[in-house]
Amino acid sequence: MTVSPMMDSPRTAAANPPVQPVQGNMGQAAVVRSSAGGPVAAEPTALTPVAKLIDVSKCIGCKACQSACVEWNDTHPEIGANVGVYENPLDLTPDMYTLMRFAEYDNPDSGDFEWLIRKDGCMHCAEPGCLTACPAPGAIVQYSNGIVDFIQENCIGCGYCVSGCPFDIPRLGRADHKAYKCTLCSDRVAVGQGPACAKACPTKAITFGTKDDMTALAAERVEDLKSRGYDNAGIYDPEGVGGTHVMYVLHHADKPGIYNDLPENPQIAGVVENWKGPTKTFGLAAMGLAAVGSLVMGLMTRSDVEAEDEQRAADMVDRAADPAAPPEEQV
Amino acid sequence: MTNSWTDIKNTDLVIVMGGNAAEAHPCGFKWVTEAKHHRGAKLIVVDPRFTRTASVSDYYAPIRPGTDIVFLMALIRYMMENDKIQWDYVRNYTNASLIVKDEFGWKDGLFTGYDEEKRDYDKSSWDYVIGEDGYAEVDPTLENPRCVWQLLRAHVDAYTPEMVERVCGTPSDRFLKIAEMIGECSSPTKTMTSMYALGWTQHSKGAQNIRGMAMLQLILGNIGVRGGGMNALRGHSNIQGLTDIGLMSNLIPGYLNIPTEKEPSWESYMKSRAFKPLRPNQTSYWQNYPKFMVSFMKAMWGDAATKENDWAYNYLPKLDVPTYDVLRMFELMDQGRCNLYFCQGFNPLLAFPDRGKVTRSLSKLKLLVTMDPLETETARFWENHGEHNPVDSAAIQTEVIQLPSSCFAEDEGSLTNSGRWLQWHWPGAEPPGDAKLDTWIMAQIFLRVRDLYLKEGGVFPDPIVNLTWDYADPNDPTAEELAKEMNGRALEDVTDPADQAKVLAAKGKLVKNFTELRDDGSTSCGCWIYSGCWNEDGNNMARRDNSDPDETGAYANWSWSWPVNRRTLYNRASADLAGNPWDPERPLIWWTGEKWTGYDVPDIAPTAKPDEVGPFIMNQEGVSRLFTRGMMRDGPFPTHMEPFESPMANVFNAKMRGNPVARLFESDVAHLGDSTEFPFVATSYRLTEHFHYWTKHNVVNASLQPEFFVEISEELAAERGITRGGQVRVWSKRGEVWAKALVTKRIKPMICDGKTVHVVGIPLHWGFVGAARKGWGPNSLTPFVGDANIETPEYKAFLVNIEPAVGEAVS
Repeated sequence: MTVSPMMDSPRTAAANPPVQPVQGNMGQAAVVRSSAGGPVAAEPTALTPVAKLIDVSKCIGCKACQSACVEWNDTHPEIGANVGVYENPLDLTPDMYTLMRFAEYDNPDSGDFEWLIRKDGCMHCAEPGCLTACPAPGAIVQYSNGIVDFIQENCIGCGYCVSGCPFDIPRLGRADHKAYKCTLCSDRVAVGQGPACAKACPTKAITFGTKDDMTALAAERVEDLKSRGYDNAGIYDPEGVGGTHVMYVLHHADKPGIYNDLPENPQIAGVVENWKGPTKTFGLAAMGLAAVGSLVMGLMTRSDVEAEDEQRAADMVDRAADPAAPPEEQV
Repeated sequence: MTNSWTDIKNTDLVIVMGGNAAEAHPCGFKWVTEAKHHRGAKLIVVDPRFTRTASVSDYYAPIRPGTDIVFLMALIRYMMENDKIQWDYVRNYTNASLIVKDEFGWKDGLFTGYDEEKRDYDKSSWDYVIGEDGYAEVDPTLENPRCVWQLLRAHVDAYTPEMVERVCGTPSDRFLKIAEMIGECSSPTKTMTSMYALGWTQHSKGAQNIRGMAMLQLILGNIGVRGGGMNALRGHSNIQGLTDIGLMSNLIPGYLNIPTEKEPSWESYMKSRAFKPLRPNQTSYWQNYPKFMVSFMKAMWGDAATKENDWAYNYLPKLDVPTYDVLRMFELMDQGRCNLYFCQGFNPLLAFPDRGKVTRSLSKLKLLVTMDPLETETARFWENHGEHNPVDSAAIQTEVIQLPSSCFAEDEGSLTNSGRWLQWHWPGAEPPGDAKLDTWIMAQIFLRVRDLYLKEGGVFPDPIVNLTWDYADPNDPTAEELAKEMNGRALEDVTDPADQAKVLAAKGKLVKNFTELRDDGSTSCGCWIYSGCWNEDGNNMARRDNSDPDETGAYANWSWSWPVNRRTLYNRASADLAGNPWDPERPLIWWTGEKWTGYDVPDIAPTAKPDEVGPFIMNQEGVSRLFTRGMMRDGPFPTHMEPFESPMANVFNAKMRGNPVARLFESDVAHLGDSTEFPFVATSYRLTEHFHYWTKHNVVNASLQPEFFVEISEELAAERGITRGGQVRVWSKRGEVWAKALVTKRIKPMICDGKTVHVVGIPLHWGFVGAARKGWGPNSLTPFVGDANIETPEYKAFLVNIEPAVGEAVS
């Protein structure tokens, strides 16, 4: 279904909200994918694909994005402790969907010191590992503009989205056992506004618009960085996950790992990859994967989720509550 | 700022030195990223720490805190040695060619006339040779050895790249690379902007740091032009307004002066303010001083100020000391000579140096009144908060009254930003609880005090009982009424001096701007530089037209800028001697053959011929000053002075401690430490996540930066056995604090005079009230000494010691 320009994706985060009442454009009618066979629109509204561009070379690490994210999403982060670094909190939490990560880097080529600051958060993959891994129907959806959203009322708190995410983004809430992550402000984008973080960013390090526009802007920025001697400047829009709707401009695109372990070639983990498609349930059963098999059973009779799965989810919740704990191994 | 925030987009090179714009001014910093993105501008950062500003810079160099003058004089030396001078600008728009008295000189770190006993200079030799015609003598060839240019050349000769490395700790190759980048901006078509803040002001020679860069900018021809200037980034949204309105003990609104004891009469006060031009044809705009002063007196006392009583000059206090700044006021409290302190919008317990002395002083008061929208530590100074405020409450007899006031988002009025824009704002919410507007509170106090004087008389009731107070509701003056009072009005018809029949402002009307002010009592004006902000055209500060023809960055119809809506000060200097823009790509104003026109309000009389009248109209010389005569207490050129607490002696004069003319109270001398006991250099600063001591009350800000920490290098951590995230104790001669250790590669040890110098970074923002974790401010450690000219405390360079504290490392 085509969509009128008035109702299509916003082109910028800078614009002020419309003053007329707007009907949101990102309801069920725009859902193109849904986890575990959840409902999708038969003829989805064809929204223009959007993207958030994070220009690391313009980012001053001020955390205005973190602040705006907390304010808009009305989360209640803890007042933690300083453990000798600039990251606060130390990791993403169910109350902090985005986080500035700071890396101190001695550049072996130039001999110069660099302080690499990267805003971490959901990348909104075109091929979302979380959605593929999720066993709860309709708990994770993807809209026609590319935004991947968690629908908490459908979430069963199993934590498979965390394992399925190549960027280690979702976090489970301790109190409600639901998974949380950046929504790309789907509730704002639905009514013509850009994400809160992009709106708050003072230096335009975070911009928002159509994916085409953001890709063009990124190319312009890469050119500028190359003129300043960053020969390997480039765009981070990894193919392994089908491209992302959150992209980075990096001065050292050849070494994403130096930006606090940004994956060089993120992919949906092999096991999860094979779960894709409507044959997922049967396919998995046929593969005889005990854990996953029992999980599929669990979907039908929730009480049958195995103890192992429960423990796994509980560990994730503990980890979310204690950011200092070591990261869990990926599937 | 000479220019505006929006103008920074026009620059080719940004130097952030003496500031940390990305962290302390993140919103304004957008114009730096704009210049980088769309003009290809470069960014240089010189700072003791690799800051978040440095993280987006093109080039960074470290510097030991408190040695900026060495770096800056060395830059000037480099420009002179390498012919990186905009010669036409220097010859014509600076005082390079003026001849200085033979007696003037400099030796062993001191200028002529030093009196060690008085800790002051006799400045009589720091002046021009005045010829028989009454004008300063000049040598346009700049060859006379006594001309300012040659004296400057001699003055900077000692400041070699090797000297920079030895004193500042900056590797000379880094210095030279920066010098080369800056040198490119001597071209008339390339400009550099200087963005600085408290990293330069908070030193015992802060004003001289700023002068150093201003001189460099003049030599490069970067003052008055688009993308250039000296841009002071003000630390609060309205701190520019504070100084404009004269909230300094020695100022009257609009940078007029409170009289001193040496000026007992109006005549004596005006005698030293004649401002006769020092070169032919020059404007010397301060010649209008009497108009501004008389109009101010009429605004204050109306009909009680008459020509016959010298405009009620006897109502004004006469200073017996240069200033009653905060350091002096706390000294007086400590001496028991000041016993009532009215503290409006300040938190001195965390903001003023030597917290021990602050607590002691507040404890000696009879009455402390605080007016603040937030709970402050100052209002709670008497409460015991364990190690965070270890006072004996029972021993403190000070009565404390807290008056809750509104915050900026709850009242109407204007905020003056760093770029001198007066931006009107409207309340977004009602003040909570019993909070009241500051103006309402002040009105209540004034009316009650006036009643007491009316009923009971007093030694000198006149200034109080005759104060103009003609607001519609005397209990509640409105922002509109106050703005109009500052703008000024005609008390009689104001006519055109060239045509007496032409009425410029009819009796009772608001004046258009300060050009309509008179010295005969026919006009009133509360703050002459703000005249024009709300005139008969309406509230110009409320204008919100963001159009910008030809994208010059001027935004002339957005809000209103003082003076007379001028966006770039000294903009006449953006054009050459013929009146054509130095850079045709970046015109600002130009001479049409008959008058000045352009994108900005010309900073020159509209018909002043370009080859006759100099561009620096406020100066008697008509040109800018590389040599400041006797206008600053510590020298007509900046000379290197160590901080009062320093790891090394002054290389020019080992006996000289700090700034030789900075005021030092006797009781504080014993509280200065030395490097044997306190081997490390400390510096204080803000973090982006917080605003001073306000945002620790906000849970979001508190979660983003929850706890007090200090930053040290990996080398210092290793030397002292300190682990990342571990607890440390930091102490100075004046006090101690406990903090988490942030061990970082961003601070590196420096080698100064052959010795390793470690820097300890101490952010402010934590106290014992609010949502964030309890902590301390750097003021527990800082010395009680200020800048020689304006008494800004030396928070940016002092000595401490550090050791691991009891308690486990968190990670």
